[in-house]
Amino acid sequence: MTPTPQQYLWMYENMVKSRAFEERIATAYFEGKSPVFNMANGPIPGEMHLSNGQEPCAVGVCAHLDAADFVTATHRPHHIAIAKGVDLDGMAAEIFGKKTGLSGGRGGHMHLFDAAVNFSCSGIIAQGMGPAVGAATAFKLRGEKRVAVAFIGEGAANQGAFHESLNLAAVWQAPVVFVIEDNAWGISVSKAQSTAVPHNDSRAAAYGMPGHRVTGNDPAAIFAVAGEAIARARAGGGPSLIEIETSRLAGHFIGDAEGYRPAGEKDALFARDPIPTLRGKLLAEKVMTETDDLAIVKRAESAVEQAIAKARAAPFPAAAEAYQHVFA
Amino acid sequence: MTATATALPNRAKRNLTIAKAMAEALAQEMRRDPSVLVMGEDIAALGGVFGNTRGLLEEFGPARIRDTPISETAFIGAAVGMAAVGMRPVVELMFVDFFGVCMDAIYNMAAKNCYFSGGQAGVPMVLMTSVGGGYGDAGQHSQCLYGTFAHLPGMKVVVPSNAYDAKGLMVSAIRDNNPVIFMFHKALQGMGWLGTVQGSINDVPEDAYTVPFGQATIARTGKDVTIVGLGATVHLALDAAQELIAAGIDAEVVDLRSLVPLDRATVNASVKKTGRLLVVDEDYMSYGVSGEIIASVVEAGTVLKAPPKRIAFPDIPIPFSPTLERPALPSAEKIVATVTAMARGGR
Ligand SMILES: Cc1ncc(C[n+]2csc(CCOP(=O)(O)OP(=O)(O)O)c2C)c(N)n1
Ligand SMILES: [Mg+2]
Repeated sequence: MTPTPQQYLWMYENMVKSRAFEERIATAYFEGKSPVFNMANGPIPGEMHLSNGQEPCAVGVCAHLDAADFVTATHRPHHIAIAKGVDLDGMAAEIFGKKTGLSGGRGGHMHLFDAAVNFSCSGIIAQGMGPAVGAATAFKLRGEKRVAVAFIGEGAANQGAFHESLNLAAVWQAPVVFVIEDNAWGISVSKAQSTAVPHNDSRAAAYGMPGHRVTGNDPAAIFAVAGEAIARARAGGGPSLIEIETSRLAGHFIGDAEGYRPAGEKDALFARDPIPTLRGKLLAEKVMTETDDLAIVKRAESAVEQAIAKARAAPFPAAAEAYQHVFA
Repeated sequence: MTATATALPNRAKRNLTIAKAMAEALAQEMRRDPSVLVMGEDIAALGGVFGNTRGLLEEFGPARIRDTPISETAFIGAAVGMAAVGMRPVVELMFVDFFGVCMDAIYNMAAKNCYFSGGQAGVPMVLMTSVGGGYGDAGQHSQCLYGTFAHLPGMKVVVPSNAYDAKGLMVSAIRDNNPVIFMFHKALQGMGWLGTVQGSINDVPEDAYTVPFGQATIARTGKDVTIVGLGATVHLALDAAQELIAAGIDAEVVDLRSLVPLDRATVNASVKKTGRLLVVDEDYMSYGVSGEIIASVVEAGTVLKAPPKRIAFPDIPIPFSPTLERPALPSAEKIVATVTAMARGGR
């Protein structure tokens, strides 16, 4: 399965948009946090996990999904949310804790919910997997052609919920695809240090489902493998597991000093930054011209610019709103 | 032994953060007792997300300072097994909010093995875990859950408000033959990036000492009202007490330090003296520490000059936005307002 030119351009634009979005978020995050870095301060408090470097995973998978498909993401959700079509204005406002946010400021960056596109995420490792199995099983029960995708990090593959969910999905033959974004690190602990097997795709065999590993952080390669797995799930062929080699270009969260990274690792990762790589490829293969590129970047930047500006200008929720929506 | 910092002769003051005090207690107990080891996520090379294991890997090596996979059920369960065969593991659950993925190891095994084995199988382990919000991390990373753990029989539960107590309670926890839940509040930890309540940094003797469980302290003596706090709320109460002086109200502040066992006697004696009780807890209001303290005082038959009051987190998930979270948290201003209203009744 190879992306069509339109699909390539869609992937590229969403990668650019995600990167631009996170650059603005990072800038805003640092406001009010210097000279003393205190997480409680500034327009965006709390932890902030950036996904720059991991954009190919989001676009390569979500290119095969539409709003009706169900996606669960992690504590590092922005790239996936954007590729899944989560309302950018609502997402930005949520991250700024505003009344106009997706959840009226209740959830923040680790708890983005957009029911209109069946997207949610959670800060507890691997816990999005069970819900993905459940949504997929419901689709199957009701005879709908929808699928579910659970995104997790490679560190989550050592969590009980990972193993239970794989088994359950296989037993129920649920139309679900588990996507591992392998950025080689779970905070400061390397994959090699924490994982009994070199790669997690091999674990799929233990649960009777296909397992794939995609190397190179390459959107087209991810697109191909994810496309087959998702088509298979949609056609009633059951679950699969995909582990994608990707790169975390930033710290675990903003403020992480990353003393645990081997010297030179970051430079090597930046040298393989997937966005300039894809841009080069699309230009070389004449999928787009320099003018197209400029237009794409401009469109992405202006969508982001507007979302951030609206978020900044929006009012904060009133204290009493904290008491709403505890129950339906 | 309850050495107080001032009682030790010829010693220069040494102000430490709770993070450093915890790390020092761990190191000293590890030197003393080869059966002590530490396990958890990011506790080795990183020294703990909250700094409380910093320097331990360098001294004790990776066999005794073990970075674990993100597998809380397995490694906390492993601690129960290690304890069963004579080790004294200290495990870290990075945020208490993650207890959902591993609670069985904690409350069905660690907490019950001693009892179900008729005393054959003690479980000498420590589970240290960060608690508390106020920094915009939302409700999967901001809870206290004191009441949740203290409610379940078979575990001791301690909550230090300062570095001196943190060291002494940690030493006691490691030497205790039972599972001890050691809950440290992020705002008191001394990690710059979380801000630090200055009152949590205090003088810590270098030599190992214990702070016994089940002994509350009077953090400030007063005669008009008893304010009971734990962890971070002790400091809110102390700030409020300072402000209340201007209103002519002399508040006594009780620092519980330990929830299981709970020093009801100290609380009762204080309330007997002042006739007024306010409990300040950052945990959820209902079914928790605040209700338990009030019940203790009421059950003791203490005559009150005003109905007992509590300030706690409302029964809602902890929201992200500062304009939602901050007003919901306990604060010195809320304490001042509540105490002032209480003092108007029957003085
Ligand atoms: C059950 C649970 N344990 C621990 C954590 C703390 N934690 C947050 S992110 C993280 C590392 C996750 O690594 P990985 O799954 O590889 O995702 P990445 O951060 O690399 O995207 C940890 C340990 C958590 N959120 N939930
Ligand atoms: Mg990872």
